[in-house]
Amino acid sequence: MAQVAYRKASRIFPGSPPVRAVDQLDLDIADGEFLVLVGPSGSGKSTALRMLAGLEDVDEGNIEIAGQDVTNVPPKGRDIAMVFQSYALYPHMTVAQNMGFALKLRGVSKDQIQSKVQEAAKLLDLSELLDRRPKALSGGQRQRVAMGRAIVREPSVFLMDEPLSNLDAKLRVETRANIASLQRRLRTTTVYVTHDQVEAMTMGDRVAVLESGLLKQVGTPAELYERPRNAFVAGFIGSPAMNLKTVPLTADGAKLDGLTVPLPREVLDVAAEQGLSSVIVGIRPESLRVASEGENGMELVVELVEELGADAFVYGTVRIAGDSQRFTVRVEGRSSPKLAETVKVTVRDSDDLHAFSPETGERLG
Amino acid sequence: MTATEAVVQTESRRSPPRRGGPPQRSDGRALRRSPLASVGLHAALIMASFIAIFPIFWVLVTSFKPDENALETTPKLINEPTVNNYSEVLAGDFGPFLTWFGNSLLIAGLTTVIGVFISATTAYAVSRFRFPGRRSMMLSFLVMQMFPFVVLIVPLYNLLLTFGLQGSVIGLVLVYCTTAIPFCTYLLKGYFDTIPIDIDEAGRVDGLSPFGVFWRLILPLARPGIAVTAFYAFLTAWGEVGFASAFLSGNSEGKTLAVGLQSFVSQTQVLWGHLAAASILIALPAVVVFYLVQRSLVSGLAAGGVKG
Ligand SMILES: Nc1ncnc2c1ncn2[C@@H]1O[C@H](COP(=O)(O)OP(=O)(O)OP(=O)(O)O)[C@@H](O)[C@H]1O
Ligand SMILES: [Mg+2]
Repeated sequence: MAQVAYRKASRIFPGSPPVRAVDQLDLDIADGEFLVLVGPSGSGKSTALRMLAGLEDVDEGNIEIAGQDVTNVPPKGRDIAMVFQSYALYPHMTVAQNMGFALKLRGVSKDQIQSKVQEAAKLLDLSELLDRRPKALSGGQRQRVAMGRAIVREPSVFLMDEPLSNLDAKLRVETRANIASLQRRLRTTTVYVTHDQVEAMTMGDRVAVLESGLLKQVGTPAELYERPRNAFVAGFIGSPAMNLKTVPLTADGAKLDGLTVPLPREVLDVAAEQGLSSVIVGIRPESLRVASEGENGMELVVELVEELGADAFVYGTVRIAGDSQRFTVRVEGRSSPKLAETVKVTVRDSDDLHAFSPETGERLG
Repeated sequence: MTATEAVVQTESRRSPPRRGGPPQRSDGRALRRSPLASVGLHAALIMASFIAIFPIFWVLVTSFKPDENALETTPKLINEPTVNNYSEVLAGDFGPFLTWFGNSLLIAGLTTVIGVFISATTAYAVSRFRFPGRRSMMLSFLVMQMFPFVVLIVPLYNLLLTFGLQGSVIGLVLVYCTTAIPFCTYLLKGYFDTIPIDIDEAGRVDGLSPFGVFWRLILPLARPGIAVTAFYAFLTAWGEVGFASAFLSGNSEGKTLAVGLQSFVSQTQVLWGHLAAASILIALPAVVVFYLVQRSLVSGLAAGGVKG
């Protein structure tokens, strides 16, 4: 058990120009916390995790585990366990040997190793497979062995790099729940990397969003969803993604086609202060609805309807200032519009709107 | 040499080991061949095997004939069979055969151990680490392979003299290593490259030092590659004549088998029967080593460790 801290830690890969894969990362992870690092491909998630593991150099700043500066400590001295995306099991060892290897290296007695391995195997439903080689396991079983190898060591920090990405959809959902509940039970500080924002939102105590090596926001899933600090996080978190449109700003609010959505006073004040003539408005699909007769609304030409049963997502285009812009709207499942139909949509509640500066992408107000 | 090539080819066809995926599903599905092509193929293969095996077979046959019957106008398969050739060779009638045998074994054994160790560590470094001169080193290894080794005799002789190793066993072993290591390093680097680096990293996180990773994870996984390398290094030293006659001391006790074999060719006559018997005896250890080694030539050792 330990807290973890990145202190302005950077990893710069040489090249021309050099790649700042992780750029001045400042992040505190509490003891026992489940932190998810999320971001698009190439955003530096794996690099950040590998820096913590000691597999990647730290070019600037420090990394601390349990209050100790471990920046220059090799992996074996950090008391961490890692689950690799590829699982990286030792092919020439049985499942039991794989799981007990780290303990064996530490000189733990054979009996103790055996009992610990069996305990972990029971937890992960691997008891039947202990004598097999990784070659003779299914993908899901290999994944569990990789988990088992990490658990057996009782490390102070778990590191996981997209451990579910090789599983099929159903198994992924199942394993996701298992990992989360396992972590709650063991209360071991965990840093979990994924590019899947659904995984991030459902598993983490807190979520850190990275983009191009920069930390965009860190907070609880609800915070990220309800108050994204910038347009990137707003667009990244939530599925389907938030509608983000750059639109002209008027005295009352943001001017969409045939519809002016009022913006809160403080947003308008900040925008005026910064001298902005347009804003990026962010509207989640569920914050839009089909307008009733005679109401103002945007004319949405329906291009695709995704029926999910209880509700449906309608994808379509709206002409704003001469350009056609894509929008996603959530509607009741039974009353979903037809393809190529034109429907009027409007905002449910203007409090659910987000506004960002088109220049910096930062949240306004 | 031909044997080595055969092994190396088998090896390269087998590697890279299949990664992940459904285990053990053979990807070598039988291709459909017409009967005619099948016959042609088999005929060609039988022909090639015959050509390869016949000379060895004839040496074996000859080794049981008295010297004077070895060369006949109409060769007979069996002609006054006798084991005299063998007993006389082993008894030392033509020089201290068993001493030479021991020398050869010692030199080839040391070459194998030292050569495999150095080339494996080098190959691992080249496969895993980026360092200045990495590419040029591998390139120079390749270029060195293109030289005929005879041109190296004089410079190597001078080197050995300088270091006081001329005429010593260890000097010759080092010479053999210089010829074997570049090729072995190439071979092993290719093999190590097929082992995913994630496995190294998992090992380091589990508490291994970098050398521990090499010793406890990479070497066991590269067993087939190591086996081929070992066999190659052994053969480099075992049958070699040129370097051995130049760099070993002139006295009869210090010779290797291959060099000693020349004493069967006297000025007046060639003792074909004895020569054949000695050749068979020389070939035996190589066969034994090959037998030991081929058991390690299993494919897919590193399979299943990673997925994706
Ligand atoms: N060894 C390397 N040399 C140079 N650049 C590298 C190296 N490793 C990673 N990078 C670069 O660093 C950036 C971050 O890579 P990283 O692997 O951390 O991304 P990621 O967020 O894990 O992406 P993914 O979701 O695709 O795994 C990328 O732009 C990548 O090209
Ligand atoms: Mg990654």
